[in-house]
Amino acid sequence: MQTSTYTDAVNRMLDIEDLHVNIGDKEVLHDINLHIDAGETHVLMGPNGSGKTTLLMTLMGFSNYTITRGKITYNGVDVTAMHADERSKRGMGMLFQRPPTISGLKLGKLLTAISHDKTVDIPELAKSVHMGGFLERDINKGFSGGEIKRSEVLQLMIQNPDFVMLDEPESGVDLENISLIGTVIGSLLEKEKRIGKRSKSGLVITHTGFILDYIDADKGHVMCDGMIKCHGNPREILKDIKQRGYKECLECRQS
Amino acid sequence: MSPELSAPGISKEDQERLVQSGINLSMENRCGSYLQMNQDVVHAECHQEGIEVLSYKKAMEKYNWLKEYNWKAVDKDKDEITKYVAAQNDPKGYVIIAHKGSNNILPIQACLYLGRETIQHVHNIIIAEEGAELHIISGCTSGGHVGQGAAHYGVSEFYIKKNAKISFTMIHTWTENIEVFPRSASIVEENGVFLSNYVCMQPVKKVQMYPTATLKGENSVARFSTITIASPTSYIDTGSRAILEGKGSSAELITRAITKGGTIISRGQIIGKTAGTRGHLECKGLILKDGIIYAIPEIDGRVVGTELSHEAAVGKLAQEEIEYLMARGLSEDEATATIIRGFLDIKIAGLPDALQKQIDATIDVAEKAGF
Repeated sequence: MQTSTYTDAVNRMLDIEDLHVNIGDKEVLHDINLHIDAGETHVLMGPNGSGKTTLLMTLMGFSNYTITRGKITYNGVDVTAMHADERSKRGMGMLFQRPPTISGLKLGKLLTAISHDKTVDIPELAKSVHMGGFLERDINKGFSGGEIKRSEVLQLMIQNPDFVMLDEPESGVDLENISLIGTVIGSLLEKEKRIGKRSKSGLVITHTGFILDYIDADKGHVMCDGMIKCHGNPREILKDIKQRGYKECLECRQS
Repeated sequence: MSPELSAPGISKEDQERLVQSGINLSMENRCGSYLQMNQDVVHAECHQEGIEVLSYKKAMEKYNWLKEYNWKAVDKDKDEITKYVAAQNDPKGYVIIAHKGSNNILPIQACLYLGRETIQHVHNIIIAEEGAELHIISGCTSGGHVGQGAAHYGVSEFYIKKNAKISFTMIHTWTENIEVFPRSASIVEENGVFLSNYVCMQPVKKVQMYPTATLKGENSVARFSTITIASPTSYIDTGSRAILEGKGSSAELITRAITKGGTIISRGQIIGKTAGTRGHLECKGLILKDGIIYAIPEIDGRVVGTELSHEAAVGKLAQEEIEYLMARGLSEDEATATIIRGFLDIKIAGLPDALQKQIDATIDVAEKAGF
C-alpha cells in the first residue's frame, strides 16, 4: 500500500484523494490517489479499458462520470462538484482522443469562442499546425486522425491551460505529425523552460511512449481495472511493458 | 444614390423587426423596393435596368399579357385563402418582372407590414424572363401591439423562364398574435433555377404553407431551404413540394426545425414523373423543450430512372457536445447556443452573398437572445 510521498503542498497543483467514479450504476474507478505538483508532467499507462480516459474525463468534469466518493483539489480549491466550464476557467484543459463532431460548427468559430477576449491571431496559429484550411470546416467532420489531433492542440494553444490532460496525443498520427504535435505539446508544458521554472503541469495517456520524446515526464503511473497499481519512472515502466506486457506487471496481475 | 424608404407610422421597435426581416430602409445594398403597410401600397420602384417592381394594380393596367400569368401557377379555387384573395375588388401585392437578360446582384426587397387587426391580402406575380436572374428578399413583420385577429394571406406566383433564375428569400418576423397563410407556386422552364428560402426565428401564432415548384423544363432545378423555430405558442405547418416533370430536372428540400415548446409540422414531397430526375429531401429537427416536431417526408417515384431519397431525424442536443465546448471554457448557455447555431447553419448554393449574410444575420439575432 503506497501512501502519499508528497509533503510540500506549496506547489501542489492537483490532488486526487480516494476517488471513486461510477458510470451509471457501475463503479469504474476505485480509490484513485494521485498528486501532481506545479511544473510536473505525469504519464498514465495501462491496458485498454483500464480506466485512463475515464479518469481524465472525470477530472475535466464530464457529467456522465459520477463521483461517488473522494475529492479533487485543483490549486487548493475543491473542484469535485464543479462543471467542466468552471474547471476550464480555472486553468484545466484537455486534448480529447475522440472529440465529437458538431455539424455546422466551424472550427474557426469555435476558436473565436474559445479565445473570448484574448487577442490571438487565429489564422496564423492555425497555419502553424497546418490547419489554416480547416477554419471553415465543421469541427471534426471528416477529419483524419492527425487532423483531429492538430485541431485539438490548436484549441489548447488558444486556451493555454495550466494543467493539460492529453489523451493519447499520438494515436492515429503519422510520424511527421507526431513531431509537429509533440513540439506544440512540449511548449504547452513549457519544456523550453528549466525544470523548477516551469509552472504548467500535465497528465498524459500514452501507449507507445512516442510523446515522451517531446516532453519531460517526471512520473509514471499504471492503471489496471480502474485502479492505479504502480508508480515509477515513466521510461522504465514503458520499457517493462514493452518487454513483458501488462500481464507480467506484478501489481496488475494480482487483481 | 437610392432614396431613403420612408415607412410612416412604423415605430422604432417595429423598424427593428423590419431590419431583422432583412428590410433596409436606407435602401443600402438593395436595388428596388416594395412596401405595403396593411392594405396600402406605400412604395414600389426599382432602379435596376430591365427589372420592374410594380403594384399588382399598376402592372395589370400596364401589361395586358400579364393575364397569362394571373392565377396560372396557383389555382384560385385551391382553398379558402386563395378564394379570399381572388375575390378582392381591389387586389394588392406586387409584380416583379425581370425582363429578358436582366440581372440584379443587389436584391429587391419586398416588405409587408401588418399594423392592425385585419386581414392583409396580397397577390404577387414574379417573372424572370429568358436568361434573367432575379433575387428578392421578402421581409414580413407586424407591429408589436397587434392583437388577435390579424392575419396575412399571401398568394405568390413565380415563373422562371428558360435559363432564368429566381432566388426568393422570405424572412418572417411576426409577432405572437399573427396568423400567416402564404400560398405560392412556381413553374420552372428549361435550365431554370428556383431557390426558395424561408426563415422564421421569432414567435408567430400560426404559419401554414406548402409552396410547390413544378419543374417543367429539362434540367430545371429547385432548392427549398427552410429554417424555423417554434416558440411555445407557435404552430408552424410548413412544407415544400417539387414535381419533377422535365427530363434531368432535380430538387433538393432541406429543413432545420427547432421547437422550444411549440408545434412544427414539417412536410415535404418530391414527385418523380420523368426518367433522369433526381430529388432529395432532408429534415432535421431538434426538440429543446417538450413540443412537437412532426416530419412527414414523402417521395413519390412513378417511372424507371427517377432517383429520390429522404432523410429525417428528430433529436435533442447531445450532452457530450455541450460538455466538449464547456471543457473549452464556454458556459453551458454559450455552448448550447453555439451548437444550435451550427445546427441551423445551412449554406445555400447559388445564393448571392448579401442574401446568405442576411439569413446568417437573422439567425445571429436569435442566437444573441439565446434562441
